[in-house]
Amino acid sequence: MSVLPLDAADEVAPEPAAPTARRRGMPWFLRRPGGLLGAAWLVLIVVASFTAPLWRPYRVDDQDLAHRLALPSGAHLLGTDPLGRDLLSRVVTAGAEPLLASFVTVVVAFGIGLPLALIAAERGRRVERVLSRSTEVMLALPLVIILLAVIGVIGAQTYVVMAVLGVLISAAVYRIMLGVAQSVRQRLYIDAARVNGIGSLKVNLVHVLPSMATVAAVQAAQLFGIGLLINAGLAFLGFGPGEPQPSWGFMIQDASKHIYDDPWLLVPSGLALALTVVAANELADALAHRAAGERTVARRRPGRTPASPADGAPSASAVLEVRGLTVAVDGGPTLVSDVSFSLGAGRVLGLVGESGCGKTMTARSLLGLLPDGVSVSGGAILWRGRDLVGLSERELNAVRGQEIAMISQEPMVALDPMFSIAYQLTQPLRRFRGLSRTEARSTAVELLEQVGIVDPARVLKSFPHQLSGGMAQRVAIALALTGRPKLLIADEPTTALDVTVQAEILTLLRDLVREIDLSIVIVSHDLGVVADLCDDVAVMYAGEVVESGTAAAVLDEPAHPYTMALLRANPHVPEGAAVPVRLASIAGAVPPPGSWPSGCRFASRCRFARDECRKPFPALPAHGSGSVRCIRVDELQREQVTWDADAVGAELETGAGVPA
Amino acid sequence: MSAASGTRTTEVAAAAPALEVTDLVVRYGTSRKARLAPPAIDRVTFDIRPGETLGLVGESGSGKSTIGKSVLGLQPPTSGTVLLHGRDITKASLKERRGLAVDLRVVFQDPYSSLNPSRTIGQTLVEPLAVLGVRRAEALQRARATLESVGLPADAADRYPAQFSGGQRQRIAIARALVCDPKVVVLDEPVSALDLSTQATVLNLLADLRDQRDLAFLFIAHDLGVVRFLAQRVVVLYRGQIMESGPVEPVTQGPQHPYTVALTAAAPVPRPAEQAARREAREALGFRTAGVAAPAAAGCPFAPRCPLVTDVCRAERPPLRHAGDSLSACHHAERVPSLRPVPVP
Repeated sequence: MSVLPLDAADEVAPEPAAPTARRRGMPWFLRRPGGLLGAAWLVLIVVASFTAPLWRPYRVDDQDLAHRLALPSGAHLLGTDPLGRDLLSRVVTAGAEPLLASFVTVVVAFGIGLPLALIAAERGRRVERVLSRSTEVMLALPLVIILLAVIGVIGAQTYVVMAVLGVLISAAVYRIMLGVAQSVRQRLYIDAARVNGIGSLKVNLVHVLPSMATVAAVQAAQLFGIGLLINAGLAFLGFGPGEPQPSWGFMIQDASKHIYDDPWLLVPSGLALALTVVAANELADALAHRAAGERTVARRRPGRTPASPADGAPSASAVLEVRGLTVAVDGGPTLVSDVSFSLGAGRVLGLVGESGCGKTMTARSLLGLLPDGVSVSGGAILWRGRDLVGLSERELNAVRGQEIAMISQEPMVALDPMFSIAYQLTQPLRRFRGLSRTEARSTAVELLEQVGIVDPARVLKSFPHQLSGGMAQRVAIALALTGRPKLLIADEPTTALDVTVQAEILTLLRDLVREIDLSIVIVSHDLGVVADLCDDVAVMYAGEVVESGTAAAVLDEPAHPYTMALLRANPHVPEGAAVPVRLASIAGAVPPPGSWPSGCRFASRCRFARDECRKPFPALPAHGSGSVRCIRVDELQREQVTWDADAVGAELETGAGVPA
Repeated sequence: MSAASGTRTTEVAAAAPALEVTDLVVRYGTSRKARLAPPAIDRVTFDIRPGETLGLVGESGSGKSTIGKSVLGLQPPTSGTVLLHGRDITKASLKERRGLAVDLRVVFQDPYSSLNPSRTIGQTLVEPLAVLGVRRAEALQRARATLESVGLPADAADRYPAQFSGGQRQRIAIARALVCDPKVVVLDEPVSALDLSTQATVLNLLADLRDQRDLAFLFIAHDLGVVRFLAQRVVVLYRGQIMESGPVEPVTQGPQHPYTVALTAAAPVPRPAEQAARREAREALGFRTAGVAAPAAAGCPFAPRCPLVTDVCRAERPPLRHAGDSLSACHHAERVPSLRPVPVP
């Protein structure tokens, strides 16, 4: 089942904030000043217009011929027009019609466009094609000319004309809503509801529409503004309410005749129209920026505490030495704390652990590629004796690609869909290695052969979407090799691949280590992958390394209870052994950053935890050059404890799925 | 015909299958080009009895999820039949399936997109009961009881999906499937998005529920190790066709089809010495890469990658036939045992 990872609806309608947060204080879209001012102006103008007959100082046709074209004064707060009529009274009275008429347009446009979009998204290709072609025809029609033709036939009946406008614009609404509806329908909870036997109408009302609400609100607010402008335009041309009834459009037209003798005349009506349109757009903007507004984080690089002076010179054999690395959200919780490891040339280190344990953050910090608002706040990353922490972006760029390269879980991320593989490989080759065009091309062929591609000529001509997942990952590796790196950071490089393809990619990586003395730091949650490829392992839990050493030592004789538990939770039993009736599990969940205890971070889930585990303690040496962060390690070893499988039926107990 | 008729015992045969799929064919699209292309699902047959788990294993593009969708009525089959308790539901519309919803339910892979983020857990769980006409108060009570039976507190019903971890969400998805006491549950990769320890608890939970409620599971997965843990029988798919099927132990421990050998040999084990030996053994087998040319339409789909390939494999599609304890669609099934990775010294 495929789910679009980043579809249109996700961008504007992410997981709604927990409803408790929403109820507190103002609605989210009013937290931006634009949204707040826009909404306030719209409320003001709507209330003022529709109640105008109750409070306006003069009737709209009251003439004060002694004060024609007057400027604002005590008697006429906004001045008077060429017939001496009070502008304030006329402007607010004139508001009611365009506001209501634009609302009619919005209602008609959505009343037609939205249901059609829902039907097209549900009924599939054939219906969608018919509807889409019809709307394309409608979109090609000249709006204003049709409106004028309609007026020619039925006269200047504002609401009917604006309803016709709504019909014409419904095609545009349909196009936008169709895209959103289609992406919402991709989500599994729609399928789940259909399997439940929920009727099509209810699926749309309960599951599809709410997820489209934000986009619909944005479009509606914008359309409302467009409706106002078109309404005013028609009135300007004389197709509004007849004199003496006021309208914004006609008042503007009237004022344009007096632009030289009384420029003020343009201000009240023009400002009312402009402000209302701007307010509608500001509101739309605030609705659309919901997600983005919450993401804005100040970019700031706080000072870091240097590695403690106790650390000596880098060990001779290591190319990469990480000491006391700490990564934190700026002004927020720590994500990775005090991580140390070293890596020799031609060695492979595996960072393993569950999601949320900081392995990806650790790997990315080696390249200075941390997300916005996250930075290294302590420790050192010594790459061939040079500290990478604190280097400028420019200095880091010289290291990235040429000395340290990276491949990720999604090879397509590394490949630009717009360019051929040939272009994407030859560009960095020419830049990094200073090769000519033809040299670069032949080197690209060599690189593709090196990563096990049998027909490099065909692959060079291809575009990324034409490659299978395994092939794309091979190309991504070839791309990573263009700068002749000495270290490759591989973040879950085989997680998205089939198991037979994974085996091939692992073989390729192992060959590269042997042939070009490449060092690799591989991030993986799969202990089998680590056993296959790695010389050394660092097991991470809640932002720290809990156990490290050679792969053989850590995986065959785990000393830390977390490592023991992970191994026993794995359903892949040794060759010839029977499958367990139940697997071993770890109760609860990884504590999130910011709520880590000061003692052992695994203690709350550990079956062997005692009181002494709650107090802080340092990592202890283990597995030769490795370490283990468990204060009871010797005791546990003496007792030869094992993390056993769960009892049959244990998961059915009430509360089994709740952290202790 | 049963996927495991070779080992069907008289005792098990007595129980009528809960779900029977016969000669299922699914083609995407109706254009001329689509009709000429090999179908996404090509003559797939299997059955599941109450209390039994059938594993459907294959790599991406093998059609395993499409089979699940066809069974659920989310993807209409081109031909073939799907019987639920002997009743033909192949052509039943989603509306007609409303009554079946009690018996046939689903748990999807992604615990994040399978729950509507704007509805409380209680609302989500009550939904299928409301369709059945269960009164609201009673439905809510059943929802709470079901949440408790999957190891969650009853008050989870008042909270939103965002407040739960991935593993807990998958428990909720399981509760949604079980709330109206079904007989057959389609599990579409229910643990592949989860971390190892969470995966273990969800697998344990599924095993517990199956044993407690005599459920029939159609367990769709790409990981043979996981399938071996939960399933009694397994169907191995490649490009929409059954390569091998049979009881899970013989299929995973002594495969009778080269593709199953490739799958078992490629799965890495977390023991470095054993894995090194397995790797050498696998590399010696000479399977060709997945990136090679597409197979001939008439022949065996695995032929381009198979080390045992001969001319007959490219010309003729091998029928499923008995080999060892399982059924294997291989012209050279008797030569497959020679391919098995050597055991660890």
